[in-house]
Amino acid sequence: MLLGLDTATPAVTVALHDGARVLAEATTVDKHRHAELLAPAISRVLAEAGADRADLTAIAVGVGPGPFTGLRVGLVTARVLGAALGIPVHGVCSLDVIAADVRLPRFLVATDARRQEVYWARYDETGRYSGPHVDRPADIDRRGSLPAVGEGARRYEGLFPPGEGPLYPAAATLCRLAAAELAREFSPDVARRDVLLPAVPLYLRRPDAREPGAPKRVTETAPPQAAQSRGGPPAPSPGAGR
Amino acid sequence: MSDEPLVLGIETSCDETGAGIVRGRTLLADEVASSMDQHARFGGVVPEVASRAHLEAMVPVIDGAFATAGVKPADIDAIAVTAGPGLAGALMVGVAAAKAYAYALGKPLYGVNHLAAHVAVDQLEHGPLPAPCVALLVSGGHSSLLLVPDVTGTVVPLGATIDDAAGEAYDKVARVLGMPFPGGPPIDRAAREGDGAAIKFPRAKLHDGTLDFSFAGLKTAVARWVEARQDAGQPVPVADVAASFQEAVADVLTRKAVAACAAHGVTDLVVGGGVAANSRLRALAADRCAAAGIRLRVPRPGLCTDNGAMVAALGASIVSAGLPPSPLDIPADSSLPVTEVLVR
Ligand SMILES: [Zn+2]
Repeated sequence: MLLGLDTATPAVTVALHDGARVLAEATTVDKHRHAELLAPAISRVLAEAGADRADLTAIAVGVGPGPFTGLRVGLVTARVLGAALGIPVHGVCSLDVIAADVRLPRFLVATDARRQEVYWARYDETGRYSGPHVDRPADIDRRGSLPAVGEGARRYEGLFPPGEGPLYPAAATLCRLAAAELAREFSPDVARRDVLLPAVPLYLRRPDAREPGAPKRVTETAPPQAAQSRGGPPAPSPGAGR
Repeated sequence: MSDEPLVLGIETSCDETGAGIVRGRTLLADEVASSMDQHARFGGVVPEVASRAHLEAMVPVIDGAFATAGVKPADIDAIAVTAGPGLAGALMVGVAAAKAYAYALGKPLYGVNHLAAHVAVDQLEHGPLPAPCVALLVSGGHSSLLLVPDVTGTVVPLGATIDDAAGEAYDKVARVLGMPFPGGPPIDRAAREGDGAAIKFPRAKLHDGTLDFSFAGLKTAVARWVEARQDAGQPVPVADVAASFQEAVADVLTRKAVAACAAHGVTDLVVGGGVAANSRLRALAADRCAAAGIRLRVPRPGLCTDNGAMVAALGASIVSAGLPPSPLDIPADSSLPVTEVLVR
């Protein structure tokens, strides 16, 4: 049995799939409580399906992109479960999970990246052909004006033509996607873009951190030659400069 | 459950990813991965850098602890994890990992207090904690005096820093002296060549009648003294500055710790936290405790800094005390009060 989970957006979503269908699922939207909600949701979903942890054969986890703290809750949970149960852990791009529930020929998926930015990617019938990226909505090239789905598109409604689709990834869909890919591994057919990824987070941003300059003077008045020997402009931030 | 529960402890409150395994009060494994090297160029721990490192280190560190201990995951009785206080994003990685481990193995989970764990770890080296004892915890993140009638349930805060932690003052003074981060080890080394009585740096709050600390003013006083020398075109006697700064820190910490013992009629002092590795603090604490008739307990440096063994040690005591486990929905609480030893 395949356990699917995703914490890359405000939705904490968990589902169990037996290779043919989804047996149980649970989704709660609360962007501040991923670490509290996820483990009980896993426990509930297995109990509801009458399954035991020993029945699990693989785990699929949304690897984002998404706000880091919540995203890591899903990844560390999946990795630890995989290690403790001795089963493989597969990553799936969380934007691909949203895209799998969209019935449009070409579209854009955008989720909220905070700081007035969105995580986004473009899709056609064969899957994701651009992204994932992180950008300000106004900076995204909207040639062709693709319909856009996801919470990020909804949040910046004026900037994206609306498309019909979910706001957040659903673990049930993640399971179906991963189960189909796992089945395909044994019967590769038409070339299709890779869906299964390593269980490694797609942060897309470097940590905010600034290398300090020389220590600031604490003494108010100082002879000019001493003042020049200290201070100086702060080092450039290795982060994204925001 | 047995008197000697086999417990896995997970610690991620700052920059160390720790997994420790104890059986009762016997240490079986203490695996630690530190992201300190990645923080050094920033002059302090960068929370997001630490959190990313915790995610990468978590499974290897847990696996390493089991390999070292020579026990099977299925054999453990419980999993303990630091639920707070600490860096929110960093704590969350450990808490989520511990829950997943507990769920996967079908074992009880105990979300515990990091400060209480710093006290409990001494049992691995010096046996059961006397009840009550006083604990002095000093690190880059904390400077606290605690009265500990029962480390599994009753911990009373007596005093804490009102501004910088002692370890923070070390880091800032090290920067002023052109030394690398973290500042504790290089200052301690330089101080060995210097005279601790050379410069009279201020001892804030020493005679204010409280058991609180303040180190921000000391750090500024050191910077001001160094600047005055530089402005006068004179060389800075780095060893004397380091020794005199260190003397001021150790003086206040040990005097207040002894005062705390006297005020509560306690004859046992436990010292923990990264700064407990400082040679001058250890020496002065030994002298003053001997003079005051106080038994001093300081674990070896590797157990003073943050690690999983301390969490496992507290977890084992809690399991032995028969306390109920934490539910799977406990939060990571960055400001968990020290009075809350076990999160329920
Ligand atoms: Zn600590």
